Amino acid sequence: MTLLDHYFSVFLQGFGHTLLASLYALVGSLILGTFFAIMQVTTSKVARAIGNIYVQVFRNIPLLIITLFFYLAVAKVIKMTGFTAGTIALTLYTSAFIAESVRAGILSIEAGQMEGARANGLNFWQAMRVIVLPQAFRVAIPSLGNQFINLVKNSSILAFVGGLDLMYQGNLVAANSFDTFTTYIIVGAFYLIITLPLSYYIQYLEGQLKKKA
Amino acid sequence: MEKAKKRRFGIIATIILILAIVFGIVWAQNTVSHNQKHQDTLARVKKSGKIVWGVKADTKLFGLMDTKTGSSEGFDVDLAKAVTKQMSKQLDEKLTPSFVTVTTASKVQLLKNTNIDGVFGVMTITPERAKIVDFSQPYFPAGQSLLVKKDSGINSIQDLNDPSKTVLVVVGTTAAQNIKKFAPKAKTIALQDYASAMQAMKSGQGQAISTDNAILYGLASENPDYHVVGGTLTYGPYGAAFDHDQKPMVKQVDQALDTLKANGTYNQLIKKWFGQVPGLDLNELEVHK
Amino acid sequence: MSEFFDAFTGANLGYLMDGLGITVGVSVISVVLSLIIGSIIGIILFEKLPYFSSLVGTLNNIVRNLPLLLIIFFTYFALPQFGVHLPIFWATVVAMTGFQSAMLAEIVRGGLEAVDRGQFEGARANGLSNMQTMIHIVLPQAYKKMIPPIISQLISLVKDTSLASGIVLAELTYRGQIVYAQNSNYIVPVLLFMTIVYFLLNYGLSLIAKWFDRRLA
Repeated sequence: MTLLDHYFSVFLQGFGHTLLASLYALVGSLILGTFFAIMQVTTSKVARAIGNIYVQVFRNIPLLIITLFFYLAVAKVIKMTGFTAGTIALTLYTSAFIAESVRAGILSIEAGQMEGARANGLNFWQAMRVIVLPQAFRVAIPSLGNQFINLVKNSSILAFVGGLDLMYQGNLVAANSFDTFTTYIIVGAFYLIITLPLSYYIQYLEGQLKKKA
Repeated sequence: MEKAKKRRFGIIATIILILAIVFGIVWAQNTVSHNQKHQDTLARVKKSGKIVWGVKADTKLFGLMDTKTGSSEGFDVDLAKAVTKQMSKQLDEKLTPSFVTVTTASKVQLLKNTNIDGVFGVMTITPERAKIVDFSQPYFPAGQSLLVKKDSGINSIQDLNDPSKTVLVVVGTTAAQNIKKFAPKAKTIALQDYASAMQAMKSGQGQAISTDNAILYGLASENPDYHVVGGTLTYGPYGAAFDHDQKPMVKQVDQALDTLKANGTYNQLIKKWFGQVPGLDLNELEVHK
Repeated sequence: MSEFFDAFTGANLGYLMDGLGITVGVSVISVVLSLIIGSIIGIILFEKLPYFSSLVGTLNNIVRNLPLLLIIFFTYFALPQFGVHLPIFWATVVAMTGFQSAMLAEIVRGGLEAVDRGQFEGARANGLSNMQTMIHIVLPQAYKKMIPPIISQLISLVKDTSLASGIVLAELTYRGQIVYAQNSNYIVPVLLFMTIVYFLLNYGLSLIAKWFDRRLA
């Protein structure tokens, strides 16, 4: 455990970056994901098609490719660090999954509710915002939680582009100390600090939902 | 299952699993201590009839992947082949070279893990590394330098000593520490390999790449907008690396290198790989008796 | 525009396609193994055997909540410290299988729990043993429900093989990096090429899944 002592500030710095990237990407992908979920349930064929293509593309290509694309190609035009490139890629990638969760949530709400709200004089967006989305999110919470856990785990992609996150620092420590085993155990423990409590909380929530149903 | 049966089964299975985990840990610790015991590389090589060399795939002139053949090519690779051939003669045993791609970050680990027998992988001999691995005699004179864009206005390491400047290095090289020493204000970002570092610099992720000059000359010859500046920050020749305490193996390799240097094979390889590189003085690289 | 296609010389294209072969190879082997192991763990979790299920569940949760990249690095770089030497291909397969089994186990457990309890009792009343009930009655129904999540898990498995480029497995993504190392004008074409190849592979998988879904429904 002298390894932990010796490199504690390094691990902590990495942990901070992992947390920060995850939070930025969470907020970004919730907004983007909800937007594309709504696009997929509108009556406009064009909007539905765009929403569909967006989701299919980002769901079906590796996060690493998106990250490299921003870090190596987009950065030539718009300057960005590895941290920024990784976080943007993480946001786009995760938003596709969040769009799927939210869309499933919306579809689980009876169509009658939407119609009722519209009949009461609300327009599509108002009905969406006031009536449908709040319920859809409630249904989608467990699956959104799982997406957030995936997001935290996937943030390790930043290590490929010098993103200063936990995995990146772990690789540096492993290369310097040559004690790969202990290093990766410590890195793993740091990730579990975030993901494990979340995962148990989601299991609890799922249990609660099932009881209600 | 009835409750009682289920309970019995659960308890038994739990005990078995816990026992398996405990035995697993004990066994693992035993293997670790066993592995720490000496494993003679030379004996292993003789027994298997081949030497598994770790070489680079991203370093022009030393070890670069050729997509046509699917294997690495460069000075390191050729020298490893020549050393293997020479060792076959010395030991009077048939030895064939085989190659595994390593990265700067992974090579020591793979040596320690005995995935590979030795490394010809642009590895600078340093006292810290010498505590962990054994080095052969130096096989290439290298020194750390800087690669920058020609119109960047950067001419020396002093120009980089500024918090707005980022120097790109590769994980597991000695370059990062030296940059911290010579340009403490500059930021450093470590990437996985030289190819990534070069792409990253072109994409504006940093203003300079710092590593050994021979590698930088290789990158510069492919990328004419970039040049090597700042002279040599530190000198650090390359050595072939082996697991710790492998004197018999090191002795054989040193002897092979001596022969190759004496019979002109070494100079031939130097000429083959570095003869066309602008900026490198061949005279300084060749060995002269 | 012609410059755009310069990256795809015969040699480079062949090199990339061989990488695709490795990507597919790792994926197929890991899929088969993790479906088997994941189902076994899922059944153990579902059966709620005293102590045993919660112990397995805890271990499963730990693996599930770690980044796959960490598991890959651990398998290739740290396990050999215990004398477990895996060639790079098999190290990747082991890491992917371990991680995906843990993910699939949760899906299988969820699917089993969604099957009506009455089905068990009915089958048992008809004289089927516990094992028979599981294999002939419950699992087929559960799998039907689980197909969409399982397929999306398999798609993520294919995508995640790209992470093995971090340990220099010569799969598609790593080979792409080698190709654009030749010339930085190749970056965009090669990245686009890889995007298209991965997309076709995974979108194809999801279409197969849909077809299955419709046939079973």
